[in-house]
Amino acid sequence: MTALLEVENLVKHYEVGGGLLPRLLGHKQPRVQAVNGVSLAIRAGETLGLIGESGCGKSTLGRAILRLHEPDSGTIRFAGTDVVGLDAAAMKAMRRRMQIIFQNPYASLNPRKTVADILAAPLRLHGVAAGPALRERVMAMLAAVGLSAEHASRYPHQFSGGQRQRIGIARALILNPEFVVCDEPVSALDVSIQAQIIDLLARLKRDFGLTYLFISHDIAVIGYVSDHVAVMYLGQIVESGPARAVLRAPQHPYTRALMSAVPRIDRARQGEPQIRLHGDLPSPMNPPAGCRFHPRCAFATGICRATPPPLRQLDAMHSVVCHHFPEVMP
Amino acid sequence: MTEPLLAINDLRVAFATPHGLVRAVDGVSLDVRPGECLGVVGESGSGKSVTFAAVMGLIRPPGRIESGSIRFDGRELVGLDRVDYRSLRGRDIAMTLQDALTSLNPALTVGTQITEVLLAHAEDLPSGRHARHREARARAIEMMHLVGIPAAEHRLGDYPHQFSGGMRQRMMIAIALSCRPRLLIADEPTTALDVTIQAQVLELIAGIRATLGMSVALITHDLGVVAEYCDRVAVLYAGQIVESGPTASVIGAPRHPYTAGLLASVPMLSNLDRRIRPIDGQVPGLVDLPPGCRFLPRCPHAAPVCVSTIAMRALEHDRAVRCVR
Repeated sequence: MTALLEVENLVKHYEVGGGLLPRLLGHKQPRVQAVNGVSLAIRAGETLGLIGESGCGKSTLGRAILRLHEPDSGTIRFAGTDVVGLDAAAMKAMRRRMQIIFQNPYASLNPRKTVADILAAPLRLHGVAAGPALRERVMAMLAAVGLSAEHASRYPHQFSGGQRQRIGIARALILNPEFVVCDEPVSALDVSIQAQIIDLLARLKRDFGLTYLFISHDIAVIGYVSDHVAVMYLGQIVESGPARAVLRAPQHPYTRALMSAVPRIDRARQGEPQIRLHGDLPSPMNPPAGCRFHPRCAFATGICRATPPPLRQLDAMHSVVCHHFPEVMP
Repeated sequence: MTEPLLAINDLRVAFATPHGLVRAVDGVSLDVRPGECLGVVGESGSGKSVTFAAVMGLIRPPGRIESGSIRFDGRELVGLDRVDYRSLRGRDIAMTLQDALTSLNPALTVGTQITEVLLAHAEDLPSGRHARHREARARAIEMMHLVGIPAAEHRLGDYPHQFSGGMRQRMMIAIALSCRPRLLIADEPTTALDVTIQAQVLELIAGIRATLGMSVALITHDLGVVAEYCDRVAVLYAGQIVESGPTASVIGAPRHPYTAGLLASVPMLSNLDRRIRPIDGQVPGLVDLPPGCRFLPRCPHAAPVCVSTIAMRALEHDRAVRCVR
């Protein structure tokens, strides 16, 4: 099967601070290197899980793929079309096929609109439906996400967090997209509600034949929902491959440290060697030279401090960006 | 058995709202024993934070402690006057809050905020003004070293916004621990942090607990954190404790359907093929609740008897459950 989405060498930097005067004088602005040369592919019908800690650039990547943030360079091919080169009208048409579910169901819904209005807006904007057909489609979508017809006339504040996230999902899916970026869709929810939303997303994926980019900092959730995973650190992907393979036998020292840090309900990791990372994430404004992970890596040597590591293949699907792969691996 | 350090008995806290009286804590009894780490688990609105706000004497109108008792080292805290409370808070009992950025004063340096606690509570500081401040500063630096803040002596003059999230949480823990309290209440200490930083902070608390012989009440929604760091656990649901006992036995063989439901609803890294099973429905509103089991509308084992008042009942091996099954 070919990839539905192919991202190659995507770069997104932000200018920060500096003020207007230095900018007008043409002084060099400090730049946050949020996404720095990311390549990935997602096959139709699959879920790619994107794991990373705050500030690693995973949300920026998700938004840059939809051009909600304009990428600086790189290509994004969606169903054979390079999305980056599209003009506004063509991009609008493309957006029907690519949607996003946001993390915060409190901030991402307009408090002054009823649920029916929120769900009708995309249909009206794209001229997909009007009148009774529009209403029918809104009601069908509400039912599909587990809400009832009586919810249509209510406002977002009348719902719980889990129900609001259902509304956010309904809004993303009402245009029948093929591809959805799920940006931390369960992180703001209570544990018992998280599972409801994870189940719902899985069912909708099956029923509507969706392809997901699922972004989360929760490795267990990513492992549960994903076919493939990519691990991101400071704007770059350091390891990717089939979910089970990567999470059962993580290869990159960062992936291993990340998994080692997750508290386990069954204390399953007891007896396993624990890897503790010291220090904080370095600033993405001034990332370390060479391998970006080297200041926190127990295996770092001279070459890691000087040269960016190459991409190495463990097998056809599983790749690792590390100088010392595979010799430091157990 | 040794006397508990903290003994909460049948505590009821209610908040008057336009919609009616919200019974946020409705008959909670729990103990924190000397030197132990008690995990307090519950979702939003379960009453876990309000219970410990009551311990700290932080319930303000429209909230009110309606009845019950909170004894710390044998001394009753409900009804304690403000002056006595002030001498207790920070010195014997300290609390860290979830969001370190909004809990620290943005207009004061962290050095001022940590020495303030020492100057207010530490009894063994020298008497001269300069000597007092010098000693408080030295202890502040020592405490910052203990929580792993690099170059502490240079960072005393920094403001909270100059610290990263993990460092701010450490700073708040340093302030809480500065007078070596006997009980640390840690309210979601790592919820805002990334897993690698979370591991550092939790191990820090565990290490200091062992060194200082302190008791810890760890409030969290993360069962993994409880499993790894707590000796015993109390599970709260809608203002009541539904299950308590030694962590390994509660997590290994939960007796309350809510505890079992929580455990079944989280994906496990060590067994990704296990299907997760959500708990249907939602947490009930806390106004005008019927007398029966609060989990009844969501419970797969609901029976006619569940509509009557269900009391906590003791089981073997230090366990207790609020369920008739």
